[in-house]
Amino acid sequence: MTEPILSRNASLERSDFAAIAAWVRPGARVLDLGCGDGGLLRYLKETRNAHGYGVDISDDNILACVRNRVNVLQSDLETGLSSFESDSFDCVILSQTLQAMRNTERIVAEILRVGREGIVSFPNFGYWRHRLQVFAGRMPVSETLSYQWYDTPNVHLCTIKDFEAFCREHGARILERRVLSGGRGVEWLPNLLGELAVFRFDRG
Amino acid sequence: MSDHTAISDAGGASVGVVAPCMARFDEPVRLKSGAVLEHYELVYETYGALNAARSNAVLICHALSGHHHVAGRYADQPDNIGWWDNMVGPGKPIDTERFFVVGVNNLGGCHGSTGPSSIDPATGRPYGARFPVVTVEDWVETQARLAERLGIARFAAIMGGSLGGMQALQWAIARPEQVGHAIPIAAAPKLTAQNIAFNDVARQAILTDPDFHGGNFYAHGVVPQRGLRLARMLGHITYLSDDSMAEKFGRELRTGTYNFGYDVEFEIESYLRYQGDKFAGYFDANTYLLMTKALDYFDPALPFGGDLSRALAGAQAAFLVLAFTSDWRFSPGRSLDIVKALLDNNLDVSYAEITSPHGHDSFLMEDEHYHELIRTYLQNIPL
Repeated sequence: MTEPILSRNASLERSDFAAIAAWVRPGARVLDLGCGDGGLLRYLKETRNAHGYGVDISDDNILACVRNRVNVLQSDLETGLSSFESDSFDCVILSQTLQAMRNTERIVAEILRVGREGIVSFPNFGYWRHRLQVFAGRMPVSETLSYQWYDTPNVHLCTIKDFEAFCREHGARILERRVLSGGRGVEWLPNLLGELAVFRFDRG
Repeated sequence: MSDHTAISDAGGASVGVVAPCMARFDEPVRLKSGAVLEHYELVYETYGALNAARSNAVLICHALSGHHHVAGRYADQPDNIGWWDNMVGPGKPIDTERFFVVGVNNLGGCHGSTGPSSIDPATGRPYGARFPVVTVEDWVETQARLAERLGIARFAAIMGGSLGGMQALQWAIARPEQVGHAIPIAAAPKLTAQNIAFNDVARQAILTDPDFHGGNFYAHGVVPQRGLRLARMLGHITYLSDDSMAEKFGRELRTGTYNFGYDVEFEIESYLRYQGDKFAGYFDANTYLLMTKALDYFDPALPFGGDLSRALAGAQAAFLVLAFTSDWRFSPGRSLDIVKALLDNNLDVSYAEITSPHGHDSFLMEDEHYHELIRTYLQNIPL
């Protein structure tokens, strides 16, 4: 969690942002976990008039957020969200950070506690290009998984099906799903053709 | 809280030669204790120029041993450089090309504002023990009167480290419409028991010095130097970190060998005694007592059943809260208490925990990331 999680390809990032923003109600109170340089929060402020706070651990990202005029709190997500009251946010976002969390179960539980809704986006390990590389005997490297096996911060990669099963087992009710590839929506065989998945969920 | 006056080479220039100003107030001020001061004076300095809209003022609140001389130097004392000179100046993080910066010596101080060593007009002698106890609330009230005198209806930002950060917080609570941004650094919403304990040992050192004379030592032509010195030595230990002391002094011996006696042997002893002596040479013992009491009494949540979130319910300012990893006297956890209360009120707040080895004194030190955060935050304030 100390370094940028993924090389956020510009078009990929924007498609991620737009998909998330579409689910954020105007004027909502949002919390962006692993907020990076604050780009998403700034986008939500400008397009949805959202009042948001970011959380990040890296000094550079804290400074970048201040530069972007978004609220940011320096904290390690792995230690939980004890500064935040239950039900205190309309929406808690974990954008392309899930796969780098050590304690996945705890962060999802914390998202459900603090937010009325959660939005999570992550690279789909089941994407056909990833499968092809594993089939060829190598760990996948792609636009969404831009690291080598030995330097990746990603410790908990999953497929779309994995995440859906995880939600069923952990009391999260999936409200909506968007699967993207090359910035476009994917309807057909999403677990195979989707690069990036975005889920909206609540406590059910 | 220490006397570090690191001079910046990391960009920005000095404000150059400065001169203190004096403001006299003849409207009585009723203090939190109930005591009334009929007249008082505040000494202050300003840097930069107030813009036509009067929207670019920044108030710097000082800590325990600080004062109004925040930046620059005096024409007749070129070595007397302001205590935050690395932060304030043209092109520095608090940029005097953009902001009109005000530094003020708090009421009860010993650097020119009315305090225990000032002459009580009622008796013609120093106030001494008769000077009333002052609180952070009283300082905010008197600072506000100075602001009015200077034509400042609202500060773009109010900031300070340690006890200075407490004043910034109190401003946001007491005068919400007059604070655009509050920047408490290495601060706390109240002292812990351990912190009050340190303060009391420091006070006991002064109070039990035979030269203290119940606070009226001026009449005896003496100064409770031993007490002040011990108080400062103790304080200084708590402003540094174990690691920074180890790195700076370790177990270094002055003569390289044990002398089997009680004279100065270890370098750390030499350093602390030097700091203690220097401090005792210029700081007023009664002011030291007052400042530590102001620290101890500060607890804006107290009238709200200890709920800081309720205390901040009326605040409007946006906050930048900064803490330092190695600060164990005002630990990051206490800054997070402030952050949590701001979050509860849906106020704008950013919080950074700056990695620094220098303990509580970090707020006075030059650090690129720390300075860049303040520079960037202030640059983004629309005037």
